[in-house]
Formats: sequence, C-alpha cells, structure tokens
Amino acid sequence: MVKEDPKKTIKVLGDKIVDQINKGKNPEISFPLRNLSNIVYDKKARILKLGDKYGSRSFFNVAHTKKFLQTIEVAKVSNDLLKEEKHASLRDVFYQVKRTIPGTKVNLVDEQTESDKAIEDLELITGHSREQLNITANKNGAVAGRVIIEDKGDEIDWSKLGSGGWSIPSAVENIKFKKVNAKYVLYMEKAAVWERLHEDKFWEKHNCLIMSSQGQTTRGIRRLLQRLYEEYNLPIYVLADWDIYGAYIYSVIKYGSINLAYASEKLTIPSVRYLGITYQDIEKYGLQKHLIRMKDTDKDRIKQVSAYEWFKDNKAWLKQFEMMKKMDSKAEIQALSARGISFISDEYLPTKIKEQDFID
Amino acid sequence: MAQTTLSGDSQKKEKTTADFLAEKQQSISISEFFTKNRHLLGFDNPRKALLTAVKEAVDNSIDAVEEMKVLPEIKVFVEETTPDRFKVTVEDNGPGIVKAQIPNIFAKLLYGSKFHRLKQSRGQQGIGISAAVLYGQLTTGKSTKIISKIGPNQKAHYYELHLNTKNNEPEIIKYEERDWEGKDHGTKVQIELEGKYQEGRLSIEEFLQLTAISNPHAQIIFKRPSGDVTEYPRASEELPKEPKEIKPHPYGIELGILMKMLSDTKSHTLSAFLQDDFSRVSSAVAKEICEKANLNANSKPKNLNRDDVEKIFQTIKLVKIMSPQTDCLSPIGEDRMLKGLKKEINAEFYTAVTRPPFVYRGNPFQVECALAFGGDLPKEELIRVIRYANKVPLQHQSGACALTKSVMQTAWKNYGISQSKGALPVGPIVIMVHIASVWVPFTSESKEAVASYEDIMKEVKLVVQEVGRKLALYVRKNIKAKEQQDRVNLFEKYIPELATSLSEITGNKKEKIQEELEKILKKELKEMLEEVNKHKDVEMDETNVVYGEKQEGLENG
Repeated sequence: MVKEDPKKTIKVLGDKIVDQINKGKNPEISFPLRNLSNIVYDKKARILKLGDKYGSRSFFNVAHTKKFLQTIEVAKVSNDLLKEEKHASLRDVFYQVKRTIPGTKVNLVDEQTESDKAIEDLELITGHSREQLNITANKNGAVAGRVIIEDKGDEIDWSKLGSGGWSIPSAVENIKFKKVNAKYVLYMEKAAVWERLHEDKFWEKHNCLIMSSQGQTTRGIRRLLQRLYEEYNLPIYVLADWDIYGAYIYSVIKYGSINLAYASEKLTIPSVRYLGITYQDIEKYGLQKHLIRMKDTDKDRIKQVSAYEWFKDNKAWLKQFEMMKKMDSKAEIQALSARGISFISDEYLPTKIKEQDFID
Repeated sequence: MAQTTLSGDSQKKEKTTADFLAEKQQSISISEFFTKNRHLLGFDNPRKALLTAVKEAVDNSIDAVEEMKVLPEIKVFVEETTPDRFKVTVEDNGPGIVKAQIPNIFAKLLYGSKFHRLKQSRGQQGIGISAAVLYGQLTTGKSTKIISKIGPNQKAHYYELHLNTKNNEPEIIKYEERDWEGKDHGTKVQIELEGKYQEGRLSIEEFLQLTAISNPHAQIIFKRPSGDVTEYPRASEELPKEPKEIKPHPYGIELGILMKMLSDTKSHTLSAFLQDDFSRVSSAVAKEICEKANLNANSKPKNLNRDDVEKIFQTIKLVKIMSPQTDCLSPIGEDRMLKGLKKEINAEFYTAVTRPPFVYRGNPFQVECALAFGGDLPKEELIRVIRYANKVPLQHQSGACALTKSVMQTAWKNYGISQSKGALPVGPIVIMVHIASVWVPFTSESKEAVASYEDIMKEVKLVVQEVGRKLALYVRKNIKAKEQQDRVNLFEKYIPELATSLSEITGNKKEKIQEELEKILKKELKEMLEEVNKHKDVEMDETNVVYGEKQEGLENG
C-alpha cells in the first residue's frame, strides 16, 4: 500500500482523466485484474499475489461506461469523506452513489455489491485500502482475553467486557496494544463456539485469546490477527468446520484471498495452523453419527479448491478432502457437543494443542 | 310458358311419375340453376353480389386492355338507384368487341369460356360477366347496357341485352349504332342489380386497391355511391409479359376432358391428335403412347370407345414426356410488385421475390411474394396477407387458402418477427402472395381459396422464406442502428454525471469537461455510424428492395 496522501492520489487520478478528455481521448482507467487468472501463488512467501495482467475501462464503451462512472462516483464520495475527515460505511457509500441518472431509467447502482466492487476497484487503482479512503465495513466478530488496548483515546480491557467481548472494527490500524498477556490466539468461524468457550472461561484457563467472526473473516479481523502475530509473536490457531468452506476460511487467513490478493501482505499469516475437526478426530471421538450429508455444490467446490495452486500440493488437506468425499459427509465444530456441552473446552482443544495436532 | 319459372306447374296433365319427373328434370331453367348455385358464383348475399359484379367486369376489362398491349384505364362507377339497388358501370380502354360477339359475351352463360385454350388470364375467376348480367336481370328485371367501339373512325355498338333463361341465349332488347365521343376504342358495361354497398373489409374499395397493387400499370378511377372519387394512379408504364396460350400437357389432363377433346378434335388419327392437341408430344411420344395402350396410331379419334380412352389416359402416366414450357406464365414481376405495394401501402421497407416457374401435374406454376414493413402499418396486429391468383385478388376464405397457410407455417421468429404457434405473425407487415398458372387449383367452384396441394405449398413457402430473409436483414440492421442510437442517448445522459464528479475531484470547470466529452462523443459516434454502414454493405442485398419515404429521410439525416 502506498503511503501517499489518499486525497492526493484521488486528485491525480481525476487529473489524469481530465487530461485525457482535454486531449480528445476516450477516457480510460487501467488497473490490475482481480480474478483467478491473474492470481499468482508465491510458493516461497506462501501468499497469494496479483499477477501483472491489467484491465482497462473506458468511458465511451457501452460495456464499461456504467462501471467507469461508478468508480469515479465512489472516488468523489471518498474524496469528500477525506476532505471532511469523516468515515462512511460501505452501506453509506452505496446510498450516496445510488440514484437514477436524470433523463433515464438507469440507476447508477442497483445493489450494494456494485458500489462495493467499485470501492475495491478504487483501492486497486489508487493503491489505498478502503479504510485509508475513509470507507469502513461493518464491524464483525468478537475477541476476549488478557489484552489492554487504546482505541481513539479510550483504554479497553478485553478481559472485562462481559458476555459480548470486544467488537472488532473494520479498521484496526490505529489501535495501540498496551498490554498483551496470552500464549496463542484461537480464531473460530462460529460465533456460537466463541460463546461456548467464553462462558467456559477458556481464555482464562488456558491463557489465550479467543476471537470469532460470523462466516467470512473480515479484513479487520485478518489485520488484527496479523498484528498480534507480527507484533507479539502469538501463534494463531484456526478452529473451523470440517468442510470445504472451513478449509477455505483457513486458507484465506493463511495465504490470502483471490479478491484481496493485492493486499495479501497486510492481511495474511503464513504460519497459521488449523486445529478444526479432521477425519481422524471423527474416528477418535466417534462422531460418525453426527455428520451432515454433502451436497453436490460441496463436491463441486472441493473440486475447484483442490485445483488451486495453494492447495494442489498440500497432501494433508487433499487427504481431508478425499475423506470428505469418501464419507460423503461434513462435520460442524458443534458436533463435539455430542460428547458433552463443554467437551470442546475441557477435552478436545487442550488435547489438540498439547499434542500439536494441527494441519498446516 | 314463362321463361323464368318451372314448367311443371303449368302442365298438369295425367302423366306417369316418370314422365313427370323427366319433364321436370329437363325443364329446370337456367334461372333455377343459377339461384340454387349462386353461392358458387359469388352472389350469395347482396353485399357480395355487388362486389362480384364489379370484380367480373374489372377482371374482363383489364384482360381485354392488356391483349391490345396498351396500359389499362378503368373507370368504375357505383350508383344507388333506389334503396338496395345499384347501377354498376365499368368502362375500359380495351380493343372493343365486334358487333356480333357482344350479345354472346354478355348474355350467354359459359360462352367462349376458355374451354379449349389454356392461357393464364384473370377471367377464369367465377363464371364470368354473364352471371352478373343474369343476376341483375333476376333481381331488378332490367337489361344490361353495353357500348363498345373498336376503332377511332368507327361507330360504337350499343346494346341492351337480356339473357333467355330457358335456352341460355341472348335476347337483344335494343341495338343501335351510336357515336361515342372522345373514345377511340373500349367497352362500357352497365348492370343494374340488387346489392348492398359497404366499405371496409371485403368491399369494392378493397378489391380495387388490391387490384391496383397487382396491376400498377393500370389506372383505376372509382366513384362511390356517395359521389366521392378515389383514383388509383398508375405507377408503372410497363405492361406485364403477355401470357402465351398453350395446349394442355398430357400429365395435367383429366379423363373427362380427354374424352371431350377426342370428340372435338380436327385430327384424323389418334397419333396426330396426341401431337397436335397436346404440348410436348412428339411423334415418338405419340407412338409410344399408342403402342403401350395397344391402340392403332391411325385409329380415328371419334371411333375410340370409353375403354380405349381410359387406356390412353392410364398409359400417358407411364410415358416419359418433357415438362411443359413455362413461358405461358405471366407473373406480376418483382419490380411491379414493389411499385404496386409502394404506391398503395405506406411503409418503410419493401421487398419482392418471383420464383422460377415449376411444373405440377403437367401444369406450369409460378409463385411470387412481396412484403411491406413498418411505416404506418399497425405493429401490434396480425400481419395482413393479400392473396392473388392470376393477378386477381382473393378476398374471401383466407383461412382455408394454401397461400395464407404457407405464410402461417413459415417460422417468422427466424426473421425477427414474433409469432404464436399456429397463427399468423404479429408485426407491421403486409405480405402479398401470388400464384400464376393456367390451372389454379381452388378449394371450390367459388374460386376463393387455393387448395392445399403439398407441392404447391412447398413452393409458396420457399418464396415466403426468401422474402422473410430479406426482411430479417433489414430488421437486424435496423435493430443495430437503434442499439447504436440507444448508446448515444446513454452517453449523452452519462456525460454530465461524469463531468460533475471529475470537476469536484479536480477543481476543473464542469462545463469545460462536459464540452470536451461531447466533442469526443461526436467523434466516437461517427465511427459507430461507419460501423453500422459497414454492416449495411456487407449484409444487405439491395436487389428487389426499396425503402419508403420515412426510411430515406432517416438515412439522409
């Protein structure tokens, strides 16, 4: 990410376009493509990076014109936010951009996914993250443990926030860690599992941090995990379902995602370890009767993910996928509750961590 | 005995039933025959009767004028004399009719009807003008008035005629020589009849418009009962090709006709009869027919019995005979169809195709199709099919007609026109379909619909498809042009938006950015139009295509 002033970057972008227009050229913006065809897996660094394929978008091209306009509109919104030193959520930006173009029945954007995409494009074009452009995502996820931070002048103790824990904001760059007392971080994809561990005072007993999201791991969480790893050298363990989506959630934290490959360096933690359910666990703890039947879409996704550069040579994972197919099943973390409500806190996790029973 | 009544009532003598019946059978008069069969002759109701009378007179007139190789000028007057009674007057600039023939042509049923000649002519429709004369006589008791002049320095012949319904002979009520001032040659006929005058569909006006479309070389003037005059102007100075008379081809002959031909022939031997009275029969072919039929080539035609004739009839099918010549046909022609449609239908695109002739059952056929698209034509209605047989419009029984069915069975969606299953397509289209032949197969004696013979429908579909493909190119090109226009409109709307945002980001003046963007759009637009025109050159086959006024205006703009 560029360290320059984002306001200046946006102005430069605008000037470039106006310059093209003044020269009588069809205005054009180019930026790196962000689809699978332009994703490179850096085997050495073990992260996903963007390739060198560039796409361009020109205004006088029917297929591009709306997206071109959306990108410039989003740039204008961001420009205003930066000038006024305010932050807006993705949803706010959507509403600022959403309107009907006069004299037409065309809406500049119809759905939030369109403005979200335009914002991602702007990130690529300017080299600034959306947080730097004063655009924030919804906060998502919670954390608890023996950590004290300072956020906007407030001191917050993650161990004294009741049953909810601290909500993780989308921008964590400016958070200062005052005191960190933990041996590792346990990250889980399920809020319900986090609540179980929190109630069982797992973090207190095992001197760790517990962190969760609901589904996809947001950028805020990924960056927070990375900072804890980089600044305090805390090992990160991921607790996910035994299915293809759990595996992918893990891989996003470890290697990065296709969509955000340009920001991999700021978000990924190559040393992260998976301690979610494995087929060995299913046998060991006799969970065979607590599995869920796979769907066709699951099988298709397994096929896709197995072919990704960053999976295709990973024997441990391929073995897990193979077993999923063979057993035609998947397992949720909560399946462990079959062995008792606190089985996960009292038995499963301590054993796994003690035995270093991870998948890389 | 009165002419027009059955004689049975007037002769009540003691007779056997057989005698009585025999007499009755014999004495069925022409009038009764006519009354019983009026639906076959086009006189089933007062409205149709009036139309048929006009139709017969106009068809005869155009045929007559064309035979003289001059451009037809036809005048049609319809006047209401008393309620439900009309005087129909049709005048032409034809060659006129010699004195002796006038009574036979107008006041004798089936006279001179084309029994022994095969020639594509309009007058094959219905039973002819004499039926209209008879109908007028039966419904009003009035005689039909005819004046005809055969040359500039001649006196005109004036007749008032009745048709004797007992013996089917003309009765001359009045004859005189008259001066016909200002007329070099031509014929005028006036029939008074019961009828009903109505405008709109199936009207005289529709008939005349359809006639004007298929005969753009004719000028037609129509004066309605209201006194309003419509002129259908001439749009082509070129006469259509004159149809040639041909002898029948053996493959197309029917047994009954064969028997009649044998009894009427002037030839003295069977071999000579076959060669002289048929087309495409060489001496070798005649010999082969006689041999295969086991008949002496020198037998006298009149001496052959029914079994012999049957043998000849069956044998003909087994002998290979060259197809008949097709130059006997006179299509309307692509150019004339285009001119006819363009002058009567206001559209933006016209195209026409005439297929090469084909032979079916020993008879040459030719089909043609033309189409008008867009302009004033209604967009949301079923397309209009106008049908012609030997250049004469077919107005009734559209659904039963092979021409309509062929249009219906064409997959119009392939040509960018919407169509529900089993229906005519929907769109701004008038499609004209013409079948020309010396023998048009009709579904019934009323000759209102072409019978659905598979081979004929196949040819009709082919010509409709050809026209459809030409339409498709135009429609697609137009859609492309419309798409381009939509793009331009879109960019025009987007430009101020982009200019506003860029102005806010950069601090440049919005107006200046907008102005520059509009300049670029103009430049881009020029390239787009070149692109469209390139499509036009590549895809559009411009033969037999004309554009309406609107389209030309748009292209220049």
